[in-house]
Amino acid sequence: MTPVVLYLAQRLTALILAPLVIAHLVLILIAVEGGLTAAEILNRTQGSVGWGLFYGLFVAAAAVHAPIGLRNVIHEHTRWTGRSLDGAMLVLAVLLAGLGARAVLAVVGTP
Amino acid sequence: MTTATDSEGGTLAVEIWRGKDAGQFETYTVPQRANQTVLDVVTWIQRHAEPALAYRFACRVGVCGSCAMTVNGKPRWTCRTHVSKVAGEGALRIEPLRNLPRLKDLAVDMTPFFEKWQRAQGRFTPTRTRNDPLTTVSPQSAGRKAADAGIECINCAVCYSACDVVGWDDGYLGPAALNRAWTLVNDERDGDRAGVLKAASSGGGCHSCHTHGSCVEHCPVGINPTAGIAGLKRWSIVELLGGKLP
Amino acid sequence: MIRPARNHPGFWAFVAHRVSGVALALFLPLHFLVLGLALESGDALDRMLAVADRPVFKIAEWGLVVLLTVHLCAGLRVMALEFLPWRDTRKGLIGIGAAIALLVGALFMLRAG
Ligand code: SF4
Ligand code: SF4
Ligand code: FES
Repeated sequence: MTPVVLYLAQRLTALILAPLVIAHLVLILIAVEGGLTAAEILNRTQGSVGWGLFYGLFVAAAAVHAPIGLRNVIHEHTRWTGRSLDGAMLVLAVLLAGLGARAVLAVVGTP
Repeated sequence: MTTATDSEGGTLAVEIWRGKDAGQFETYTVPQRANQTVLDVVTWIQRHAEPALAYRFACRVGVCGSCAMTVNGKPRWTCRTHVSKVAGEGALRIEPLRNLPRLKDLAVDMTPFFEKWQRAQGRFTPTRTRNDPLTTVSPQSAGRKAADAGIECINCAVCYSACDVVGWDDGYLGPAALNRAWTLVNDERDGDRAGVLKAASSGGGCHSCHTHGSCVEHCPVGINPTAGIAGLKRWSIVELLGGKLP
Repeated sequence: MIRPARNHPGFWAFVAHRVSGVALALFLPLHFLVLGLALESGDALDRMLAVADRPVFKIAEWGLVVLLTVHLCAGLRVMALEFLPWRDTRKGLIGIGAAIALLVGALFMLRAG
């Protein structure tokens, strides 16, 4: 992937993430009152298509956004660069997407 | 120096880097004058105290871009930097520019800076010969205005020395070369604007810039390379979507 | 070492952006793993949340909320400078971002407290 493609992916996911993060933060500030319980979280999310889409998109965008950012950081602050770094970041992206998808299923899926 | 009046009659304690990578600071006591520039101070030391001191200058009026050094930690054009502006307690510490190979004392090797200028295709590609009439470029056109904002660069490498990404990433072309590329991309007379954009968008190009603005902060002639680089980024997306960039 | 050439708001905004970004990237897999616990049972998640109720974790959570806000604001600044037609460096944006991060941090502390 060329620098332009990575750059575009980074900024596009940032544009997607920005409103999602704002919503997430607002939600945290509302939900954190009096401590969190699993029931509280799951009651809101389980079986909800809306929250499923919300968190699904969130996970997908973050899984692209984070590895591209880390790749820059590693390239600039360590000697690690080139294909092996790209490969590792691809693995990280897949890992994040996988773990994230599992988490979304966990909170949205009905038992 | 002309009739510099001994306004304060005081002295400056000036530390100067001597040597190449291995070396040390030597301290010189220099008489303080009114309207003295940092370059005046270095020149005084070379003439009166240290004839072997290596440093560069040519025009002494902020045109040639050869006199940049690190003064009290910041990159500056020394011929237009007044001592009174930078020497807090009457003390100066002068080092060579950062991010460039040191040669001797205050002189650095500018080769990488100009090589990257070429890698960014920071050169005009003509489309006419001397026999053709001159092109007229409207001063009101958006391209002309964008190019105007970046065209007064004196190639002093102050921004290059201030930029952290240059220090971290050997391949990064740096603010000056990319700023030049931006002026060419906006120059309707240039015969290979697509080529410039391609060069400026390849590895180590405009997308490596993180918008700190250390270049803007220090450019002595008030150029904003960050803004030009942002322009290159936007343009690269347009070209990518138009299928003209890989 | 803080080089004098770095000591301006744009550089500090960059540092905040980078540090928060790395911290969030490291935290993300853990966050997903904990939520994935609910897959097994609500109980397992509750046990985790109980652990997370201790003061140490409260502070860590607070840190993450602040980091997320910082990263959001710093990122919006970068995109504003890249995509909006402004030629000055817009240092005011950095101040606004820092203020928002403080505000969210304070709110979280108050409500979670
Ligand atoms: S804005 Fe870009 S070019 Fe300027 S100092 Fe920062 S990284 Fe370097
Ligand atoms: S952009 Fe400014 S600081 Fe950079 S080389 Fe040109 S004149 Fe010097
Ligand atoms: S000596 Fe020419 S710019 Fe300073």
